Amino acid sequence: MTATAPATAALALGDDALVLSHRLGEWAGHAPVLEEEVALANIALDLLGQARVLLSMAGDEDELAYLREERAFRNLQLVEQPNGDFAHTIARQLYFSTYQQLLYTELAAGDGPFAPLAAKAVKEVAYHRDHAEQWTLRLGDGTELSQERMQQACDALWRFTGEMFQPVEGLDADWADMETRWLESMTDVLGRATLTVPEGPRSGAWSAGAGRQGLHTEPFGRMLAEMQHLHRSHPGASW
Amino acid sequence: MATAAAHRTARTKADGAPDTAVDTAAYQHAFDTAVAADERIEPRDWMPDAYRATLVRQIAQHAHSEIIGMQPEANWITRAPSLRRKAILMAKVQDEAGHGLYLYSAAETLGTGRDELLDKLHSGRQKYSSIFNYPTLTWADVGAIGWLVDGAAITNQVPLCRCSYGPYARAMVRICKEESFHQRQGYELLLALSNGTPEQHAMAQDAVNRWWWPSLMMFGPPDDESQHSAQSMEWKIKRHSNDELRQRFVDICVPQAESLGLTLPDPDLQWNEEQGHHDFGAIDWTEFWEVLKGNGPCNEQRITQRRRAHDEGAWVREAAAAYAAKHTGTTGGTGETRA
Repeated sequence: MTATAPATAALALGDDALVLSHRLGEWAGHAPVLEEEVALANIALDLLGQARVLLSMAGDEDELAYLREERAFRNLQLVEQPNGDFAHTIARQLYFSTYQQLLYTELAAGDGPFAPLAAKAVKEVAYHRDHAEQWTLRLGDGTELSQERMQQACDALWRFTGEMFQPVEGLDADWADMETRWLESMTDVLGRATLTVPEGPRSGAWSAGAGRQGLHTEPFGRMLAEMQHLHRSHPGASW
Repeated sequence: MATAAAHRTARTKADGAPDTAVDTAAYQHAFDTAVAADERIEPRDWMPDAYRATLVRQIAQHAHSEIIGMQPEANWITRAPSLRRKAILMAKVQDEAGHGLYLYSAAETLGTGRDELLDKLHSGRQKYSSIFNYPTLTWADVGAIGWLVDGAAITNQVPLCRCSYGPYARAMVRICKEESFHQRQGYELLLALSNGTPEQHAMAQDAVNRWWWPSLMMFGPPDDESQHSAQSMEWKIKRHSNDELRQRFVDICVPQAESLGLTLPDPDLQWNEEQGHHDFGAIDWTEFWEVLKGNGPCNEQRITQRRRAHDEGAWVREAAAAYAAKHTGTTGGTGETRA
């Protein structure tokens, strides 16, 4: 394995965790119920912990988080999507945590450089997925309004889910098999939630690629502007 | 212990309101002796209505302060300047939500549910600590809140671990442990800034300048103007007077400010050898009463955000209740449903 392959993979996984953690952190003080303040912050903290380990495998965590430009980030477009309403946040959590659980389970079973991190993270991610699933069931099979909102959220984010299964250099995983299992899981959970599995395409029509190649969506630049502003305003300072 | 026995007897007899005046006098006597003997009053014990009401008011205000207090700090989560600081800040804000949960639960043991208390907060019938009506304008404010605001809170709250009401006292033990971590992270954050670049140092000093006086006001009005103090002291809900605690806090902060290399914004602050305490300048109580009345810089903003989060989350809580009703045959919770 070349020296750069693990770094590329560490950035991909680290950026996913960093960016999703940031989005979840935006919920602080805005959650629909106090228990969710605790739960969303808990998930955000787990992801931030993962991000710090992963980014440190690729370089200095703060330099990577705060001093890269938008085009240098390697996260999935899914995780950078704005929080939207609670249903959008839950749909994003369901899609991503199911993917992360499948991937980390595979990585934990291997002997690559990510096995130790994956072995720890997979336990956290199991909770994240359970949290997302439980809310998907409640919103899907709750009231008429919640069902409508949850369906809209699942539909809106569906087109960002294909990218998750594009192989990442340096990660030894059976991507096609993971995708099959991810789709089975979605069919199961959404079915139990009385929701319809979205039918639209699972990737954009843009041939240039997407997040893993450093192509992001418009809200991401604004997110980074906020995240990086203070650090960049004091070059070289320690915090 | 005899007093405990008397109180327990009263409790077993009184699984509801006492039915005669004789009973009431006996219960009152058992309650008074238990409090005097520093025993804990538990949820099923008989207690005077005014004691119950005072506790609900105080615990609710404390719980509301925790959840409103999340806002000024959450204001900086998305801009935290390093990943380490971001993790610490997120954990701290999460702790505050957790403190809110314990405290609403403690109030519930007195027969008042979270929904009712939130409703009173949202409609302005119950208050939260006025300190959170001040804005966090720079990153250093996160440090100043930790050092000064949490420091003042700990000074107020440590005695509450010995409060006569058991569930509140026990919640406070855990809360104080976490608050002590919060205070230390604030101090450490300010220390890094104070020893940092000139701009960082100035940021830290500016934050301390703005938070010092409001922190002193957190102990409440001077003893001779404090509405609820005397009765609360007698009931051992409160153990020290506002002015005593304020003095203790000032004495703790002065050497800490020196170690930080920061100045406290009070030209009258000086050691009084004779008293064994620091003298400090006059507090602007007009500002305190104005902020309390709703005229602080962020009163409107804080309560609006709180109401909005609650209102915008209504459909989520309703969905959880509807799901629970379908799947367990109960109405399954109100605002308190956990997925």
